[in-house]
Amino acid sequence: MDFTYDDEQIALRDAVRGLLARKYSDFEQRRRQVAEDPGFDESLWGELAEMGVLGLPFSEDDGGMGAGPVEVAIVATELGRVIAPEPFLSSVVLAGGLVALAGTPEQRTEVLGSLASGERVLALAHLEPGDPVTATPSGDSWTLSGVKEPVVHGARADQVVVSATRPDGSLGLFLVEGDAATRAGYSSYDGGRAARISFEDTTAVALGDPETDGAPLLEQALAGARIAACHEMLGGMEVALSATTDYLKSRKQFGVTLNTFQALNFRAADMYVSLELARSTALWASMVHATGDAAATREAAARAGLHVGKAARHIGQDAIQLHGGIAMTAEYLVGNITARLTVLERFLGDGDHLSVLAAGIDDHAALDPIPEPTA
Amino acid sequence: MRLELSAEDQAFRKEMREFFTTQVPEEIRTAVLDGRELSKEQVVESQRALNAGGLAVPGWPVEWGGRDWSQLQRHLWHEEMQAAGVPLPLPFNTSMIGPVIAHFGSQEVKERFLPPTANLDIWWSQGFSEPDAGSDLAGLRTTAVRDGDDWVVNGQKTWTTLGQHGDWIFTLVRTDPEAKKQLGISMLLIDMTSPGVEVRPIQLIDGGHEVNEVWFTDVRVPGENLVGEVNQGWTMAKFLLGNERVGVAPVGSVKRMLVRAKQVGGDRLADPLLRARIADLENELLALELTTLRVVAHSAGGAPHPASSVLKLRGTELQQAASELLLDLAGPQSLASGADPDAGGTDAPGWARRAAPTYLNLRKASIYGGSNEIQRQIIARTILGL
Ligand SMILES: Cc1cc2nc3c(=O)[nH]c(=O)nc-3n(C[C@H](O)[C@H](O)[C@H](O)COP(=O)(O)OP(=O)(O)OC[C@H]3O[C@@H](n4cnc5c(N)ncnc54)[C@H](O)[C@@H]3O)c2cc1C
Repeated sequence: MDFTYDDEQIALRDAVRGLLARKYSDFEQRRRQVAEDPGFDESLWGELAEMGVLGLPFSEDDGGMGAGPVEVAIVATELGRVIAPEPFLSSVVLAGGLVALAGTPEQRTEVLGSLASGERVLALAHLEPGDPVTATPSGDSWTLSGVKEPVVHGARADQVVVSATRPDGSLGLFLVEGDAATRAGYSSYDGGRAARISFEDTTAVALGDPETDGAPLLEQALAGARIAACHEMLGGMEVALSATTDYLKSRKQFGVTLNTFQALNFRAADMYVSLELARSTALWASMVHATGDAAATREAAARAGLHVGKAARHIGQDAIQLHGGIAMTAEYLVGNITARLTVLERFLGDGDHLSVLAAGIDDHAALDPIPEPTA
Repeated sequence: MRLELSAEDQAFRKEMREFFTTQVPEEIRTAVLDGRELSKEQVVESQRALNAGGLAVPGWPVEWGGRDWSQLQRHLWHEEMQAAGVPLPLPFNTSMIGPVIAHFGSQEVKERFLPPTANLDIWWSQGFSEPDAGSDLAGLRTTAVRDGDDWVVNGQKTWTTLGQHGDWIFTLVRTDPEAKKQLGISMLLIDMTSPGVEVRPIQLIDGGHEVNEVWFTDVRVPGENLVGEVNQGWTMAKFLLGNERVGVAPVGSVKRMLVRAKQVGGDRLADPLLRARIADLENELLALELTTLRVVAHSAGGAPHPASSVLKLRGTELQQAASELLLDLAGPQSLASGADPDAGGTDAPGWARRAAPTYLNLRKASIYGGSNEIQRQIIARTILGL
C-alpha cells in the first residue's frame, strides 16, 4: 500500500508543471488561446511532445515512453490545475489509448509514433446524436455512413478513430483521415472544441483485426480516459479550493475579511473533505488501472467517476458561491474551472455511473479496496 | 504508488484474521455481528483474550505491551477485528488513558496502572465534560484543592460513558482558579469507590443507559494520583484527544451495516432507488476507506495526520446515513423495539427492532469526541489557514 509518487514521478510532475506555468500561469493567456482556433497552443503541444508527454502511455516499441496510468494521471492533474485546453485527454489518452489496445503492430507504430511526436492529433468519434454509424466492407477497406457528435477536437484532428456498426451488428473500430469526412467544428462552454462529423460513404480502414469485437476495447479505453479525467478534475478542484481560501482571507465585507465568518469557513472545510476523498478514490483507480485487470479497471473507473464527479460539482458550485459575483465573470478563473469540471464529468458519455454500480450491488457483500494476492 | 499489501503485511493480515476468529469466543462475536448489546463481562472477556495474545494495546510503548507496528498494520488489526465481530478494546483504557499514563506518568504510576488497564482489570471512565464545559472544555469548573498530601475534589462531570461500569475515572480538574483558562487544569486519576463519588444514570433517547453524571463531594484523592505535573492537564488532554489516528473512521462498522442492508433488503432490493442509495453509500465508504489507508500508510509517528478530521467528520456522517438506511428498511417493524421475542411478543426480526434505537443512538457520533462542527473548525483553521 503506497499512495505517494516516487522520485521519478515527482520529477515528471515538476517538469510538466513548469512547462505549463510558462504558458498558463496567467489565466488571461488561456482565455486568449481558446478564443482562436484550434483552441489550444500548437507550439506548446510540440513542447509536450518533446518532453515525451504525448507518448507517455504507449510502449517503446510503438514509439512511446512505456509509462503507465499513474504517469498519465500526473500529467492530467497538472493540465487540470491550469485548465490547459490541450487535447491530451481526448487525443492521447482516449483515442491513442484505443489505438494502443486495438491496432495492428503496424498501425500502432505509425499512428502512435506520430501522435507521440506531435505530428498528428487524434480524436475519437463514438457518441452519436441519432442512428448508429454503419460500416460496410468495400474491398480491402470499408465505408462509413452516419453522424458522430460531439467529437472532442474532431475538427482539428488529423485522423479520427471511429466506432461503427458492422453488417453483422457487431461494433467495429476504424481509422479515417480527418479531411475525408465533413466536419463542423464549434466551441464548447469550457472554451474547448468539439465537432459534428458526418460520414457519407467515407473510406475507412479497420483498426486492428476487422473481425474483432470492438465494444470491450472501446469500454476499456473509455475506462482509462475516465480515470485520467478524474485526475484532471482533481487538479481543477485543488486550484478552485485554494483560490477560494485565498479569496476568503483577502476579500473584505462589513469591514472584515470573509474568513471571519464561520459559516463560510465551514463550507470551505467541506470542500476540502470532498477533495481529499476524491483524491483517494482517483489515486486508487489509477493503481487499479496499472494492474492491467480490465474488468477491475472498468469498475474502478465507474467508482472514481461517481465519486469525483460529485466532488467536482460540490467544489465547483461552492467555489463560485463563496467568491460571489466575481466568479460569474468570464475573466475570472474560478468560474472557468467549474465549466471545465462540468465538461470533464460528461464528455465521455457518462452520467450513469451510479446506475452501473447500483446494478452490481449483489456482486459482493462488502467492498474491499485491497486486492487479495494473486497466488 | 502501489496497490497491494507487501507480503509481510499480507501475512500480518492473515495472522490477525486467524487469531480473531479462533481466540475470541464465538458467542461474543455473533452478538457483535448481530448488533446486540454486550454485557460488561463479555467486553472484559474479549479484551482479556486479546491481551493474552498481545493484541489489546498495540499502540502502547513496547515495554508496556505495545507492538512495534506500522500505522498500516494497526489499521489492518483494527479492520480485521471489526470484520470478525470482535468488540474493540475499551477505548477509554487502550487509546485514551493508557497512552497518557505511558507518556506522562511516573514509573510508579505506570507500574501500578498500565498492566491492569491493558487487561481491563480496571474499567476506566472519562471525566472531562461538564454541564458548562462541552466543546469548550477549558471552561470546566470541578476543583481540586491541596490538603496535605491529598487533593480534595468537588464538582460535577457529565456524559460519562459507561460510568456505571467504571472502577476508576480520569478527570480534568481545576487546580489553579487564578490562572488563565487552559493553564490552571490538571489531570487526576480517581478511584470511583472513594467516598463522595456518586454516579447518576442519564437515560438517552434510544432508551438505553449509556451515560452518567458523576458527582464529587469532598472526594479525597492521594497526591500521587496526579498524572504529570500540576497545571499541565491541558497538554495531556490534547495528547489524549489527538492521539488516536487508527479507527477514527468507523469503516468496519459502516461496512457491516451496508452488508446487513443488502441481506435484509429482500424483494425491495429490486427498487432502483434503494439500489442506488446502497451503491452510493458503498462508494462513499470506499472513498473513506481509501483515505484512511492513505493516512495510515503515510503518517510518520508523532503528530496526527491533519486529514484525521476528514475521517472523523465523514465517518460519522456515513455511519449515521447507514443507520438511517437500515431504519428505512425496517419501516413500521421498527416500532417493536420494546417487544420481547423470547416471550413470543413479536414477529419483527432483531435487526428491525434495533434499527430505531441504533439510529437514535448514533446521533451522538457527530457530537462527541470533538463535534463535527469542531472538526470543520480544525480543517478550516489548521489545514486551510482560514
Ligand atoms: C453519548 C455521549 C457520550 C459521551 N461520553 C463522554 C465521556 O465518556 N466523557 C466525557 O468527558 N464526555 C463525554 N461526552 C461529552 C461530549 O464530548 C460533549 O457532548 C461534546 O464535547 C459536545 O459538548 P456539548 O454537548 O456540551 O455541546 P456544545 O459544546 O454546547 O455544542 C452545542 C452545539 O454547538 C456546536 N458548537 C460548539 N462550539 C462551536 C464552535 N466553536 N463553532 C461551531 N459550532 C460549535 C456543537 O458542534 C454542537 O452542535 C459524551 C457525549 C455524548 C453525547
